[in-house]
Amino acid sequence: MIEALINYEFLQNAFASGIIIGLIAPLLGVFIVVRRLSLIADALSHVTLAGIAGSLFLSQSYAFFALLNPLYLGIVAAVTGSVLIERLRRLYKHYEELAIPIIMSAGIGFSAIFISLANGFSSDLFSYLFGSVSAVSRQDLWIVIVIAIIVITFLLLFFKELFLLSFDEEYAKASGLPAKWVHLLFMIVTALVIAASMRIVGILLVSSLMTLPVAASMRLAKSFKQAILYAVVFGEAAVILGLVIAFYLNIAPGGTIVVTSIIILLIVLIGKKIWLSIVMKNEGGSVV
Amino acid sequence: MNAPYDIELNNVSFQYDQTIVLKNISLQVKQGDFLAVLGPNGSGKSTLLKIILGLLKPTSGDVQLFGEKSRDFKNREWIGYVSQKSNAFNTGFPATVFEVVESGLVKKTGLFKKYPKDASIRVEKALQSVGMEKFMKQSIGELSGGQQQRVFIARALVAEPKCLILDEPTVGIDHEHVQSFYNMLAHLNREQHITLILVTHDVDTVSNQISHVACLNQTIHFHGFKNDFNQISDEDLQAWYGHSVRKIHHTKVREHND
Repeated sequence: MIEALINYEFLQNAFASGIIIGLIAPLLGVFIVVRRLSLIADALSHVTLAGIAGSLFLSQSYAFFALLNPLYLGIVAAVTGSVLIERLRRLYKHYEELAIPIIMSAGIGFSAIFISLANGFSSDLFSYLFGSVSAVSRQDLWIVIVIAIIVITFLLLFFKELFLLSFDEEYAKASGLPAKWVHLLFMIVTALVIAASMRIVGILLVSSLMTLPVAASMRLAKSFKQAILYAVVFGEAAVILGLVIAFYLNIAPGGTIVVTSIIILLIVLIGKKIWLSIVMKNEGGSVV
Repeated sequence: MNAPYDIELNNVSFQYDQTIVLKNISLQVKQGDFLAVLGPNGSGKSTLLKIILGLLKPTSGDVQLFGEKSRDFKNREWIGYVSQKSNAFNTGFPATVFEVVESGLVKKTGLFKKYPKDASIRVEKALQSVGMEKFMKQSIGELSGGQQQRVFIARALVAEPKCLILDEPTVGIDHEHVQSFYNMLAHLNREQHITLILVTHDVDTVSNQISHVACLNQTIHFHGFKNDFNQISDEDLQAWYGHSVRKIHHTKVREHND
């Protein structure tokens, strides 16, 4: 494995992007989960698919798009989708969740059209759907690095505002926070993370990398900072283990990463239950 | 610098779709006042607070905060806010009491800046003033409703506000703890000279501590000193509200707000 990693550039690309995504997806995921926006990540990933399918289709007829990395159009679609979701959420004030099925079905609809026009599934498209160990180019890696820098800068600059907005939105607004702007930036950054993660875990499973590690960490964390730390540890573990398994068994890494995340989640859930019952028994014993 | 009133409303009305919620409200609150806003459910109490806090824009009329027009008012950290416990936050939120109180410093600290170095001292002081300093490292979700409400007051206090606005803060708190909660508020009012505006149903429990009363039901029926309020006949109250306010708390103390 180590030898292969030294010898093959594609493996280096995959592992480097994987490790970066294992950091930024759960990092942002903590805010997404506590703000109850998990489904929005799903909707945005399908919009990203529309952008990518569109780019793949256009590349058949226009030389410009043949040279263009489909990720770019994916990013444009995701960011547009995130802005539209916000618009719709404000339009349907009392039914905010309506924005999600609207944008999601629009994403899937356009994807279906572009995929059909491009004469069905290519192996390229398959790698976008479920991720790939071999398809990550140097250019993809650079895009992931740039996105990671944007995401981390954003989180460092707005950490305290995002915490307050997540914990108590009304209070945040009452204390004069520019909630609307912070939230819009947050949605755009989410779209960027989704576009970045897609090469490794695939569009259909991006949102799980943002939510599953957080689901496990929330069962253990006492503080918000702990929740972030555990989520990143679980996310990294899932990505690295998942990539190694995918490499050896020649499976799409999206599958192995998500299944590893689910196993981690199960271990945490069962482990906590056992630990709690031991504590209860000990406490009961000391009383008697 | 020193405006005559901390909060001043002139002829404020608020309409939601076709429904008139507030009509021609004029209200002045001086520094150091402890004002109780009384009114039945649906009388527009929460709307009034949201207008003062800038969460809602009045349909007409003018709101002045510390002598400035509400929309030009930049020092929002001067006004602390404690909402009803029931809709304040998700109980499962992974955060410690310390983290929650610290977040009260967000506006005061400003965008793109880290919390000040003395943040932890301020948080501890704020928690001490509500008697919750022992719980600093605990998860907010593990506390009882009354304890959580004290933490939220600490969060409002940590930015050293000049005025504190509380929307039925005792909803969901055990009845035996309500009195000590109000004593704590009175202490903040007397010792730290914080102006308090309290929306409540418990006029009996709080009557020893407050200085002013405003009776609201779409419009303000009475606003003045507590002693003058005590002179009002039950017939008048009945006419304003359809039933006596003084008896409300026995039956309605646990009811949720409009």
